[in-house]
Amino acid sequence: MSTTTAAPRAAKKGGFTAAAANYLEDRTSMSAAVREFGRKIFPDHWSFLLGEVALYSFIVILLSGTFLTFFFQASQASVIYDGSFVPLKGVEMSSAMSSTLNISFDIRGGLLMRQVHHWAALLFVASIGLHMLRIYFTGAFRKPRELNWVIGFVLFILAMAEGFTGYSLPDDLLSGNGLRIIDGLIKGIPLVGTWISFLLFGGEFPGTAIVGRLYTLHILLLPALVLAMIALHLLFVVVHKHTQYAGPGRTQENVIGYPVLPVYAAKAGGFFFIVFGVVVLMASFFTINPIWNYGPYDPSPVSAGTQPDWYIGFADGALRLIPPGWEFVWLNHTWSFNILTPLIVIGVFIVLVMFYPFIESWITGDRREHHILDRPRNAPTRTAIGAAGVTFYAGLWAAASSDLIATHFMLTIEGVIHAIQAIVVLGPFVAFFIAKRVCLALQKKDRSIALHGYESGRIVRLPGGEYIEVHERLDEYERWRLVSFESYQPLMLRPNSRGKITVGQRVRAGISRWFFEDRIAPVTMRELEEGHGHH
Amino acid sequence: MRAKTHTPGRTVRKTGRRHPLATIALIAIGLGLTGGAYAAFNTSTASAEPAAASQQSVDQGKKIFMSNCATCHGLSASGTANGPSLIGVGAAAVDFQVGTGRMPMAMNGPQAQQKPVQFTGSDISALADYVASLAPGPGIPNASLLDTTQGNAANGGELFRTNCAMCHNVAGAGGALTEGKFAPALSGVSAQHIYEAMVTGPQNMPVFNDSNISPSGKRDIITYLKYIEKNPSPGGFALGDLGPVAEGLFLWIFGLGSIVALTVWITAKSN
Repeated sequence: MSTTTAAPRAAKKGGFTAAAANYLEDRTSMSAAVREFGRKIFPDHWSFLLGEVALYSFIVILLSGTFLTFFFQASQASVIYDGSFVPLKGVEMSSAMSSTLNISFDIRGGLLMRQVHHWAALLFVASIGLHMLRIYFTGAFRKPRELNWVIGFVLFILAMAEGFTGYSLPDDLLSGNGLRIIDGLIKGIPLVGTWISFLLFGGEFPGTAIVGRLYTLHILLLPALVLAMIALHLLFVVVHKHTQYAGPGRTQENVIGYPVLPVYAAKAGGFFFIVFGVVVLMASFFTINPIWNYGPYDPSPVSAGTQPDWYIGFADGALRLIPPGWEFVWLNHTWSFNILTPLIVIGVFIVLVMFYPFIESWITGDRREHHILDRPRNAPTRTAIGAAGVTFYAGLWAAASSDLIATHFMLTIEGVIHAIQAIVVLGPFVAFFIAKRVCLALQKKDRSIALHGYESGRIVRLPGGEYIEVHERLDEYERWRLVSFESYQPLMLRPNSRGKITVGQRVRAGISRWFFEDRIAPVTMRELEEGHGHH
Repeated sequence: MRAKTHTPGRTVRKTGRRHPLATIALIAIGLGLTGGAYAAFNTSTASAEPAAASQQSVDQGKKIFMSNCATCHGLSASGTANGPSLIGVGAAAVDFQVGTGRMPMAMNGPQAQQKPVQFTGSDISALADYVASLAPGPGIPNASLLDTTQGNAANGGELFRTNCAMCHNVAGAGGALTEGKFAPALSGVSAQHIYEAMVTGPQNMPVFNDSNISPSGKRDIITYLKYIEKNPSPGGFALGDLGPVAEGLFLWIFGLGSIVALTVWITAKSN
């Protein structure tokens, strides 16, 4: 372990390494960068590696994707399949589908690469999701990292866009059905929907242009954006330094952990190969997207169990949850509120999540920098909002598999849909309440342990005959973890410089009261000292 | 004497009174005959013609029917409030329903569930002969229509995706219908039962008559289903052929789960 203020290393003279280093240094002056990055400290905690999982799966996606571009033909020109998969022999299909089948069956290692690419894509988005949850629940998005939260969230959206464009490329039945839903969504937008749809598909759906267009987006524009955003994201991580959990010796001004060189680079490098290995193992043993089952796209058939990949599931679920009859004709236009409602609700949800750091800092009025992470229980309202958001998202997500839930648990699909409708609408409130109470209860427990110690399990009989359980005091390090957190209080309503109380201030004070009214204050020094006397 | 009037059949007829349901039964028989004749007319020659059943088998079937099926389907198989008429459903329907254990039904529900077969093969064919003797209907397909070596899997796949996949899933993994009904998974179903299901439309399934899907088209579908049943997924374990939901579930639980376990391992403090 070392801190950011590391002792300068004594350079050894002589040898090839030194000569090579000097050669490079004379021409690039890179020692400054090496000193900066090489001595960057990473604290050790498993949850800090989730973002790295996303980064590594993206690298795996780039590598496997490059292989796939060698053989994939993004064209909807009609061909007769003549590859080695018997049940499709002689079937008419697009060359996109045919070349994907060839990658799967006639190119050495092609199927493995396809499956690596697809599993890595699922892992990419999933690890971003988990990483975001970690950032959210520990409050790592607070100043100075608000912008990096936004960048990360944009990456999440871009990853979903990458995923969806990729899912649509093979031009099999599943991807075509997915595109048809998107087409329907677009056409549901009043006034401009039909125009946008015709622009996107180059005419009436499905047309012959869409695969080529999505391919360009998938391999050119979107990856470039993702790379740029990742670069920016990591740059911010370096600039801001890493956050850390509260612990002995850890302050807002330092970072305690391992330096990048040599320890962390070795760990992270090794971890890349572990992630790669897990992806390849999954791809070797488990089928993903068996396009040979789905067959070529044809607008007439739709398979039972047609779902998007998991990360688009919440949108599909939102569509499934809308009750019938939310569509009417007004002013000679069809108003498809069965489509508009999910679009609006999801849009609002995305905006709220994306700008949450700014919303919270406005409510707390806290303009300080925060480098020490919160334990989720120590920010009960934030944690409860997160739990509500997770419940909402999970409800929409589950709705996308309503049919499979019905068949596999022997339920009626209507019952499943109605239950999930209730979960999506009422569940967030229940989750908020439960999560907040659980947080407060845990805080109370922490407080009592900090003040009175933990139950040692040792029962002592006093001379008077009374039995007591001896409470052992925590050591200083343990106690520090329990007592070092910030406690906010509701904002006071004060007149501004012109002696007025504005509506905005009233709203802010109201939300602040809702945020911080119920709270458990951290144990103070004084309470601790008094606590000593009792035991 | 009162008790005697309640004893079945013959006694009632002796009194000279018509059974209250006789009119309905007559209409049902008439409709069944017309429908059966129409179906028989529609059924192309390639379809199975019922093998001439011996009278002995028909009588045997009638006995089995009376003791096991008549409670719901009526003494003359013309249906009651609890079960549909079987006049004109043909031998194929009996062979499918009884041969897959769906009939006799264990209980009323959204649809008859598959369960262990309750009768021996000869009992089932006797029952089929009896029901087929009531009125013409789809017969048990002959072996050449089930021969997958003569079928075309590619054509079968196309037909399957167009006609069947919306309920049964592209890989025949099954799917949900409304109100607790469902399309069952198709792996492990015999070729004969698949064919019979197509021509008789059991439970909520539509009938695919021979002008809708020709007998050789049906054979192609069977060939396709048998191909995907016999050839495991080239990509490894198929995760139930359920598509992206199963894949996502697997990724979150096992993929991400193992990755998180590994992150914990990497950052664990050495002892």
